[in-house]
Amino acid sequence: MVEARTRSKAPVRNPVLRRLFSNRLALVGGVILALLALGAVFAPWLSPYSPTQTNFTALQQPPSSQHLLGTDELGRDILSRILYGARVSLVAGLVSVSLALVLGGIIGLVAGFYGGWLDNLLMRLTDAMLAFPFLVLAIALAAVLGPSLQNTLLAIGIVTTPVFARLVRGQTLAERPREYVQAALALGVGDGRMLLRHLLPNILGPLIVQVSLSTAAAVLAEATLSFLGLGIQPPTPSWGSMLNAARGYLAYAPWMAIFPGLAIFLAVLAFNLIGDGLRDALDPRLKR
Amino acid sequence: MTLFVLRRLIGGLPTLVLVTLLVFALTRVLPGDPALLLLGEEATPELVAKLRDELGLNRPLYVQYASWAASLLHGDFGRSLRDHAPVGPILWQKLPTTLELSFFALLIALLLGIPAGVVAALRRGSAADAGVTVVALSGISVPNFFLGILLVYLFSIRLGWIPPSGYVEPWVDLRKNLLLMLLPAFTLGTALAGAIARFTRNSMLEVLSQDYVRTARAKGLAGPVVVYKHALRNAAIPVVTVIGLQLGGLLGGAVITEQVFSIPGFGRLVVDSVFNRDFPVLQAVVLFSALAVFLVNVLVDLLYAAIDPRIRYG
Repeated sequence: MVEARTRSKAPVRNPVLRRLFSNRLALVGGVILALLALGAVFAPWLSPYSPTQTNFTALQQPPSSQHLLGTDELGRDILSRILYGARVSLVAGLVSVSLALVLGGIIGLVAGFYGGWLDNLLMRLTDAMLAFPFLVLAIALAAVLGPSLQNTLLAIGIVTTPVFARLVRGQTLAERPREYVQAALALGVGDGRMLLRHLLPNILGPLIVQVSLSTAAAVLAEATLSFLGLGIQPPTPSWGSMLNAARGYLAYAPWMAIFPGLAIFLAVLAFNLIGDGLRDALDPRLKR
Repeated sequence: MTLFVLRRLIGGLPTLVLVTLLVFALTRVLPGDPALLLLGEEATPELVAKLRDELGLNRPLYVQYASWAASLLHGDFGRSLRDHAPVGPILWQKLPTTLELSFFALLIALLLGIPAGVVAALRRGSAADAGVTVVALSGISVPNFFLGILLVYLFSIRLGWIPPSGYVEPWVDLRKNLLLMLLPAFTLGTALAGAIARFTRNSMLEVLSQDYVRTARAKGLAGPVVVYKHALRNAAIPVVTVIGLQLGGLLGGAVITEQVFSIPGFGRLVVDSVFNRDFPVLQAVVLFSALAVFLVNVLVDLLYAAIDPRIRYG
């Protein structure tokens, strides 16, 4: 009763959310992300032109009132391509990290909860995967799987999986001896229910932070693979491949490189800012 | 010391064996016939059958792995599909260039990151602190290919100070070599500088609140002595850990940086092997990069002892 009264005075009830909202940098990240997401969702309505429509009477036009961010080497409107490219980037980030979260989460929960040889085996595998430089492994996987949107997501997801497996295992190990787990065990709760209903909700905090930071890395990885020509293939607009195409015209059409590059930078920055803010909000001791 | 290194290397053996298994699996177990992949569009059933035979793909998987692993132990990384040249010497030939690039990138990262982190920690909550925080996170977030392109645009195209790309061996023309290394090293070092600045700041804050720092200040030691002799040295351990953890990222970043600046190094070899569909080379570079990261981390462990004499490996 007392608790409820003191709580209701605060503008935002949840202390974690309140700390998050009072973090200016995290708020900036949230606003950038919201704008990018809106741009991606409403791309068909917001785009002044078709993202793939070539126009040979308006090749490499500098930014103007007609083309706010200029046009590329085929006369396509860069603003429209960036808006549609946001779809690719955000979907790539979210889908690949979701994949890693589910796979890594299962591996980590099972390894941490059951322990023994299974834990040993799974963690050795995780260590082995973590031994590879993230990008080198992603490039190799993307190369073997072949360039396409699905394979890019798969490659980034697989490479991100061990990060979550490690994290979830560590958290599960820390939770396992706690009383609520022991109580549930004593009550004879089934394993599946144990892992998903009891353990998982209690380790969500650090997991959410990692999701945000990994999404930043995944967006960057997708842009990098597309920049190298190993990711999303033309004519689908992707920020990374737009930058790659722009390299040849840097001397006289720098806007072709600058705007897609800024878009990637802002998207990655937004996820990093939110991840940082979440970490500080969840663990106020770290906030200095 | 020697014992520690040996123990550390032996302890890493199971992981290393798994690393080789994963690299092996990369081209053998994943969907798709490697022979078909290698031949690409020119594949005819006869050619595929012939190549499968040549590559020994008709043998059981464990036999294939064993023979591949055995040749690895003899330092044989296989042969390039393009010109049948052994991959090992190609690797060794490309490596010094990437080492030079990584060395300068690390140097730039340390020179920028550590002072920035120290200043931010000493003036916690100030505008300088906020500035370092934002710039460091931006450094981590900026794609290095974008940064590289921006630098080329500014310094090569606009100002004309530095050639946009290329590489000259240091023993051919040292001045030109260093000039050409400047932009790539800065491009590659930026993300690491950001990470180092963040960790230095947090680690310094932790250390500055300790009793011995207060004691040092109380007994009248000058500010800089306290900061550099007492605090920074103790704050360095977590920072060194981060540098060790980020070296894999440096190697990955080198792939992109070498691509942007046309530097013929290890990273370039990764991309070239992908586009030439030269899977033995790809397999070798991926394996080699994991080995390099592993060895560097053993070195990082040894560095701890150098920084902190309390840590001894016996």
